[in-house]
Amino acid sequence: MSLKPYEEVLEAYDPALGLEVHVELNTASKMFCGCSTEFGAAPNTHTCPVCLGLPGALPVVNAKAVESVIRIGLALNCSIATWCRFARKNYFYPDMPKNFQTSQYDEPICFDGWTEVEVDGVTYRVEIERVHMEEDAGKLTHIGGSTGRIQGADHSLLDYNRAGVPLMEIVTKPVLGTGAAAPKVARAYMTQLRELLRALGVSDVRMEQGSLRCDANVSLAPKGSDVLGTRTETKNVNSLRSVERALTYEIQRQGEVLAAGGRVLQETRHWHEDAGHTSPGRSKEQAEDYRYFPEPDLVPIAPAAEWVEELRGTLPEPPAQRRRRLVAEWGFTELELRDVIGSGSLDLIADTVDAGASPAAARKWWSGDLARRANAAGVELEEIGITPAQVAELQSLIEDGTINDKLARQVIDGVLAGEGSPAEVVEARGLAVVSDDGALAEAVDAAIAANPEVADRIRGGKVQAAGALIGQVMKAMRGQADAARVRELIMERLG
Amino acid sequence: MALTTAEVARLAALARIELSEDELARLAPQLEVILESVAQVTEVAGDDVAPMSHPLPLTNVFRADEVRPSLAAEQVLAAAPAVEDERFRVPRILGEGQ
Repeated sequence: MSLKPYEEVLEAYDPALGLEVHVELNTASKMFCGCSTEFGAAPNTHTCPVCLGLPGALPVVNAKAVESVIRIGLALNCSIATWCRFARKNYFYPDMPKNFQTSQYDEPICFDGWTEVEVDGVTYRVEIERVHMEEDAGKLTHIGGSTGRIQGADHSLLDYNRAGVPLMEIVTKPVLGTGAAAPKVARAYMTQLRELLRALGVSDVRMEQGSLRCDANVSLAPKGSDVLGTRTETKNVNSLRSVERALTYEIQRQGEVLAAGGRVLQETRHWHEDAGHTSPGRSKEQAEDYRYFPEPDLVPIAPAAEWVEELRGTLPEPPAQRRRRLVAEWGFTELELRDVIGSGSLDLIADTVDAGASPAAARKWWSGDLARRANAAGVELEEIGITPAQVAELQSLIEDGTINDKLARQVIDGVLAGEGSPAEVVEARGLAVVSDDGALAEAVDAAIAANPEVADRIRGGKVQAAGALIGQVMKAMRGQADAARVRELIMERLG
Repeated sequence: MALTTAEVARLAALARIELSEDELARLAPQLEVILESVAQVTEVAGDDVAPMSHPLPLTNVFRADEVRPSLAAEQVLAAAPAVEDERFRVPRILGEGQ
């Protein structure tokens, strides 16, 4: 369908965001039983009577999962419930063998929090409505459909290894007043949440493996109106990039619908990463259809105030404070900081600095060359195929004169192509700078002999003319020479 | 609190159970007897009595985060009506209105 240009939509409407984020916790065992949560095991080998919902099996809550959720709630400035229960969310779909998901309904363990994110130097406050505990569902594979999707499938296969893995859901209140920055605010929120969850050590936060998932809601209201528009909920948003892309698309699509005098339908939509658009999904069942009721097999949870305070003492530095501290330590400018936040490279730079590189060099690679490559390839920066330790190694090869900046880019090509560590790529591709002065001197003499007028100008004091000769020597050496050393050799002869 | 056949039909649809008109007509009054029995509780529950979801005065029953042996896949799949590639095989899943 046709889309309204983004700027035109924003002239007439204010977007309201809502983000529902599911996080798989990295506990060793499942939420209510002792089955392993390890990713990638053979189908149905991590299941037992409890997570298969066999008659008579009784669940028991994983203490570590409760602890993790309380710590997340505290890090998001939430209040912690003094007493709360689990609830059964009843539905008929084969991804849960019990025919219900154990979740929380009107008594979430954490509620009323907030966090602040930064986009292009502006701070936005995101209010958190709730953080609640639940369990993940099994994995369905649809067989017989042309694209492996449910439509047209002949039958489906179920692996219940993931059923019962501890999951928590973080739900924001409507995020208003972000204007044209809405998709960027959503991405910044997800980026910061991922940093925070990683710092808390409670999840692997791998979006591509599904341990961090985002349902992105957005609605449009006429500018100045205080009534929210009808929202859509977009699922299958599996990367930080696609959070921003999917919301930008939905804002344009809804803008087009409204401009044509139509009504936005409240529905779940599905993001198609490759095609870059959303399509309508399953129509949303009404909340009461789930027939929530308190879970009779689990007793209430009543976190003691002392326990909560003890957990508060284990929290990492808040994200905004950490950003300010690191940037001050590293001596970055405000503009450089924006690049770092915008490219989502803060953690990568920190790890690269820890591996021995200077902050300036780490920033130069991650926020510059590597961020551009990741963007061009359509992948997350940290999945690009080079580790912080390898970037630190690359930089040390430059600093000890083994390679120059230009060769370093070829070394990155090799590392990303899976040819090994930077040192291995230098070795295998023969990329080291030629430090043999004999070979260099020969190339310098040849360049001087081939360009007598240029040589005369340099002899006459026009030092800047040396650039032409340096270029020729570098070309003759196929880039594998230290330009400063070449200049020295030329000036020794003509200076 | 009269339970209509339309409400029973809706519950049946949510539970993916097909009921005939006769069955709907027969089940509505039967389910209503159950609802009425439960409703008697509300007559004795005063404002000073908190709704009870658990008979035991317990909270915070936790287990340590330790992996215990799972069942073998053969055991898990033994009672399944259909199995394919070590997974439970289920019939085609139909969405709303299909």
